Amino acid sequence: MGDGGWGMGDGSYTLRPAPYALRPTPHSPSPTPYCIRGDMFQGFPILSLVVWLPTLGALLLLSVPRGAAELARRIALAVAVVTFLASLPLVFGYRPADAGVPEATPAMQFIENLPWLPSWGISYSLALDGVSLWLVLLTTFMTPVIVLSTWDSVHKEVRNFQILLLLLTTAMLGVFVAQDLLLFYIFWEFTLIPMTFLIGIWGGANRVYAARKFFLYTFAGSVLMLLAIVGLFVLHRQAVVATQPGFPGTLNFSRIVTDLRTGNFQLATATERLLFGAFFIAFAVKVPLWPFHTWLPDAHVEAPTAGSVVLAGVLLKLGGYGMIRFCLTLFPTASRWAAPAIGVLAVIGIIYGAVVAYAQTDMKKLVAYSSVSHMGFIVLGIFALNREGVSGAILQMINHGLSTGALFLIVGVLYERRHTRDLAAYGGLWAVMPIYAGITLLVALSSAGLPSLNGFIGEFVIMQGAFLSPELGWGFLAFAVLGVVLAALYLLKMFRAVFMGEVTNPENQVLLDLSRRELVTLTVLCVPIVLIGLYPSFLFGPMQTSVAEVVNGLAATVAGR
Amino acid sequence: MEPIQMPPVNLTLLAPLLVVVGWATALLLIDAFLIPVGRKHITGYLAIAGMVVAALVGLPLWNVSGSTFSDMIRLDRFSLTLTWIFLLTGSLSVAMALDYLPRHDIEQGEFYPLLMFAVAGMILMSQGTDMIVLFLGIEALSITLYIMTGFAYPRISSEEAAMKYLVLGAFAAGFFVYGIALLYGATGTTSLAGIAAVLTKQPLVGESQTYLLTGVAMVLIAFSFKIALVPFHMWTPDVYEGAPTPVTAFMSVGTKGAALAALWRILTVALAPMQSFWLPVLVALAAVTMVVGNLGAFSQTNVKRMLAYSSIGHAGYIIMGLLVMSERGTEAFLFYMIAYALTNLGAFAVVISLEQRGEAAWSLDDFAGLYQRRPLLAIAMALFMFSLAGVPPTAGFMAKFYLFSAAYDGGLGVLALVGVLTSAVAAFFYLRVVLRMFMHEPLRDLRPALSQGLTADILLAGGLTLLFGLIPTPVIFLVEQSLVALGK
Repeated sequence: MGDGGWGMGDGSYTLRPAPYALRPTPHSPSPTPYCIRGDMFQGFPILSLVVWLPTLGALLLLSVPRGAAELARRIALAVAVVTFLASLPLVFGYRPADAGVPEATPAMQFIENLPWLPSWGISYSLALDGVSLWLVLLTTFMTPVIVLSTWDSVHKEVRNFQILLLLLTTAMLGVFVAQDLLLFYIFWEFTLIPMTFLIGIWGGANRVYAARKFFLYTFAGSVLMLLAIVGLFVLHRQAVVATQPGFPGTLNFSRIVTDLRTGNFQLATATERLLFGAFFIAFAVKVPLWPFHTWLPDAHVEAPTAGSVVLAGVLLKLGGYGMIRFCLTLFPTASRWAAPAIGVLAVIGIIYGAVVAYAQTDMKKLVAYSSVSHMGFIVLGIFALNREGVSGAILQMINHGLSTGALFLIVGVLYERRHTRDLAAYGGLWAVMPIYAGITLLVALSSAGLPSLNGFIGEFVIMQGAFLSPELGWGFLAFAVLGVVLAALYLLKMFRAVFMGEVTNPENQVLLDLSRRELVTLTVLCVPIVLIGLYPSFLFGPMQTSVAEVVNGLAATVAGR
Repeated sequence: MEPIQMPPVNLTLLAPLLVVVGWATALLLIDAFLIPVGRKHITGYLAIAGMVVAALVGLPLWNVSGSTFSDMIRLDRFSLTLTWIFLLTGSLSVAMALDYLPRHDIEQGEFYPLLMFAVAGMILMSQGTDMIVLFLGIEALSITLYIMTGFAYPRISSEEAAMKYLVLGAFAAGFFVYGIALLYGATGTTSLAGIAAVLTKQPLVGESQTYLLTGVAMVLIAFSFKIALVPFHMWTPDVYEGAPTPVTAFMSVGTKGAALAALWRILTVALAPMQSFWLPVLVALAAVTMVVGNLGAFSQTNVKRMLAYSSIGHAGYIIMGLLVMSERGTEAFLFYMIAYALTNLGAFAVVISLEQRGEAAWSLDDFAGLYQRRPLLAIAMALFMFSLAGVPPTAGFMAKFYLFSAAYDGGLGVLALVGVLTSAVAAFFYLRVVLRMFMHEPLRDLRPALSQGLTADILLAGGLTLLFGLIPTPVIFLVEQSLVALGK
């Protein structure tokens, strides 16, 4: 069971026979002789630990009195930091491909498998691969930052805010590591409840409207995915029962992929497209891809700063992750079929988001629309359907989480001081708040894609992927380049309006520069922004096996490629 | 003269039913002669005790199955599981009534035995394998419900609801009897197995066929009325709104469950050979029911009425489990019944806790800010709403997954699609309640009253809703085992 079981290759696609133990017992000895560094976690459920630590923290917080805000914040911070530390061994224990024998490296590592609903063949199974590794790290890294930001942005019911935030963290981590589709769906749907409350209770004036819109949009998207999961479950069982009577069905992702690739389980073209569409819409709403984006500006504007950071930092990545993991891997033919159309939507999103962002006078709205534009890049990279595009998309998801998260924090800093986000209310802050201005410049440049910072690498690789892709090509590249130019335009416009010129409003004259806590919060985010820009292979390295795996699966479906 | 041959009667097969009926009869007398006015809650506790005993009596019957009374009544695991569901529904409803009746000053000792008689009718419906017995069960259930619906005398809405229910219910009963008569005319028997035997032997032609089709149509109409399938649902919102809330809770779960169980036997045993006739009709009804029920709930600002419409919608979901005619479908039907019973009874218990003497607090505005006054109550209600909407990790989600996969598997993917789309619509009005509770300020001073009975109800229902959402394995095991002895 330890070797993941689905075919993978290194350029030339090779089908591996997939010895797959049906409904494996939890303590079956994992035959992974070649797993060297992972050995230290043999049998230790490190993924479960990381996923459930925040929930344990939330339960612990229940024992804190409702009014004890400071205590609740400290406990939450401690839990978040411990979770981050617990997730670090994943990076060092994750075994990237061996140069010589790439097939020998399991794509899925740290596998855990417990029977959960045995009579439906559904299990509690977690695993980590190169696609999810950095997203898990992003989540555990952002959580302490978000908790830190609540000192300034959350003032009522602090304990409950932290409880919901920690529950949300568990759900998001669960989405990235769940290997059973039902388990995945449960984590996926559960993210809705805490996030709705975070927006609806702690948000701004129009918070209930924004919370409702957020919930209904994403829920409507995901029920279709539920039907697609049900369809996949039933069709797969019907296909397998023919050769294996008494098969109870399964939603184990690896098993279904193996059967798809070996031809044991074939989908008719129309069925595949329908299932693909149902999954895709759920993910597209979450990303959000134009024209499914309308909930995002409302949610961002109304959410408290910490809520916006969760949303932009991690929650949107669930959609991109889902596209790579499920749309591309389960439905390769349909993905190829739909790629040009989705590419068009992505490009529209890039341009539309950028243009609308430029027109905003509310800083938070500006950053929210810039998210639409940036997430368009990520979708474009994913549906380039090649190694460059998908790796770039994964990297860009990390980058976007860091820089947009930081931008929302930056907006929050000003909002806490002046209680307005109107660009016209500011000007000349460079002189008043120099440290703050410096950090903002760095983050804005990262978001705009300045070379040597992280955003550049991601966007560059995505554009390379789009150019090389037979489905997309140079036309898409041209629009993407235009998007980069526009990004520089709206970010620098914001920067100029806030920091340049003379201080026109006397209220701004007395603004204090960053407090120690704010400085720590933002600096923590700036470190990876710079490091990724300088040394991106640290991130690219471990994801290569898994990305190749996804891309080869796509290629295998097209004869002669 | 030859002595009349009495068929052999095996009363063990009726044990839970006999316990309920016997206990209820005794309780009527005990209540009248021994229990003083003002201490009528003792009758309620005794009723709960009786139903618990009946449920325990059912335990040793798990491995028993058989028919008695000339094959008119059958005990099998399917009926036993339903019996337990009905006893649970009855007990939780009594627990609610213990608090509700005195608060509204309408406490009469008869209420509790009456409710037990209704449960007895439901059990009989799950056990009947003959049209006549099913009719008996339906009538035993309905007549007690007519009385209980009007129990809030002199509240005019309660009277109106009872009247409406009685008139339309009697009409439906007429359809059922007429249908049975025509079926008898066509096949010469009222036994479900007998009807099936005639139908499989040779296709009926001419007059017999007309009788048969008309009879089947009338039976389906009668059941559609009881289950409240659109367009036979018109009575539901008014009756559910007017009836005392514990009765509404009881009806929304119990009546539907019993009628669906009886319909299951009729469809799978008697009318299986005629599937091509009734399937398209019922599929259409189910689809329309899901759409109308959920759209109807959409525009309600009265939570009790919203729950009434939502129960119409849920009937549309549940009937999918019957229509696929597969083991998995029947399992899904039972699973959904359990999840729905717990969730809906819990939701009604919360509604009751908000009601004050002499005034209803059913408006959405009355739920505003509930979280600030009673955080745990609000959290429980949120749990029930999410479960009804089918959001994980709740029992309602698992039930939907079970049901949709059964429907898809059985070739009714279209119904599953309608189900999925309407549950997206449904999320709107369930969520609305949640948002009111957590994100609005209280609009008026309303003190929710939580007695022991209600607290126990809400804790039990909420706890199990969450537990079965996380670990549904025991329930899945139960419903799978429920079909083992059926010998299908």
